[in-house]
Amino acid sequence: MTTRIVELRRGILKKNDELAAGLRNRFTAAGVLVLNLVSSPGTGKTALLERTLRELSTRGVHAAALVGDLETDNDARRLAASGAPVRQINTHGICHLDAEMIGKHLDGWEGVSLAALDYLFIENVGNLVCPSSYDLGERTRVALLSVTEGEDKPLKYPGLFNSADAALITKIDLAVPCGFDRGLALRNLNEIRPGIRIFETSAKTSAGMEEWIAYLVEQAKSS
Amino acid sequence: MHELSIAANIVESVSEAASKYPGARVKEVRLRLGVLASVIEDSLQFCWGLATEDTPLAGATLAIAMLPVIVHCEACGADSEIAGVQSFRCSKCGEPAADLRQGRELDIESIELEEPETVAAAPVEEQR
Repeated sequence: MTTRIVELRRGILKKNDELAAGLRNRFTAAGVLVLNLVSSPGTGKTALLERTLRELSTRGVHAAALVGDLETDNDARRLAASGAPVRQINTHGICHLDAEMIGKHLDGWEGVSLAALDYLFIENVGNLVCPSSYDLGERTRVALLSVTEGEDKPLKYPGLFNSADAALITKIDLAVPCGFDRGLALRNLNEIRPGIRIFETSAKTSAGMEEWIAYLVEQAKSS
Repeated sequence: MHELSIAANIVESVSEAASKYPGARVKEVRLRLGVLASVIEDSLQFCWGLATEDTPLAGATLAIAMLPVIVHCEACGADSEIAGVQSFRCSKCGEPAADLRQGRELDIESIELEEPETVAAAPVEEQR
């Protein structure tokens, strides 16, 4: 027997990366800004989106959402109340969304044409580990951190926070009762992702929503 | 916990590459994983055993090289390795550094194949 070394030098997630690149081209051609929202479960991704979709709709902007969960269409039903097109993706046990799931759910999405959309929000499965490896073809990745989770989440999950373009500190209406150390949270985010854009929001009181919406508008203009 | 799907992706990719060498057995698969790739080495090794079971890759070992984070510093221009993943700052000048040059790799570097000899040896001569 002889041995032979074959150099492969290929990405393990090559198939996902290729599908994501295809999606990104489609999104760019359609002129839709796609954002991938990632956080742990219960950070308030859906509450943020409920308010965001309503705010955008009152400004005459067309937005839609794909929402990922292991089971149930509860989030899609919540978000559909905003009037925006929403489609649920159930992963049935898989801990993240991948590019193939996005492609499949864009196909045959009744009444939705990418070209007619300004924004497409993808609410990922609540998980601070696995979603960071899977490109969904998004332009902007947004990581959420709620004041109830503790200031050190970025230090505990650097892989995810380092891959984000922007971060939202959510539920700031609860900052005082939770004894949330704002300065420490901002420092931690900046240690893990220097220069990251940070927004502090409350979907309940709508604090910080204006800045967040202004960021979305600015992102769309620069695309 | 997505190591099982990562392992399944490796099996698919390596099987395809190895199929170009009929009769060869895959002895080892060598990976390069960045420390920020969100893959746990022990967990991937465990899943590798499961994913290769009853496939032509059964018994192949998985050799994993973990790569540290290297950042490029805008301030001083240096590329440097950071110690750990708790602070993304230039190791030379201490300025924050967001530009990653290494640390997210999730790559199959190479595979080692065992192939039957193409020219038959002379067993009688050898065994004398």
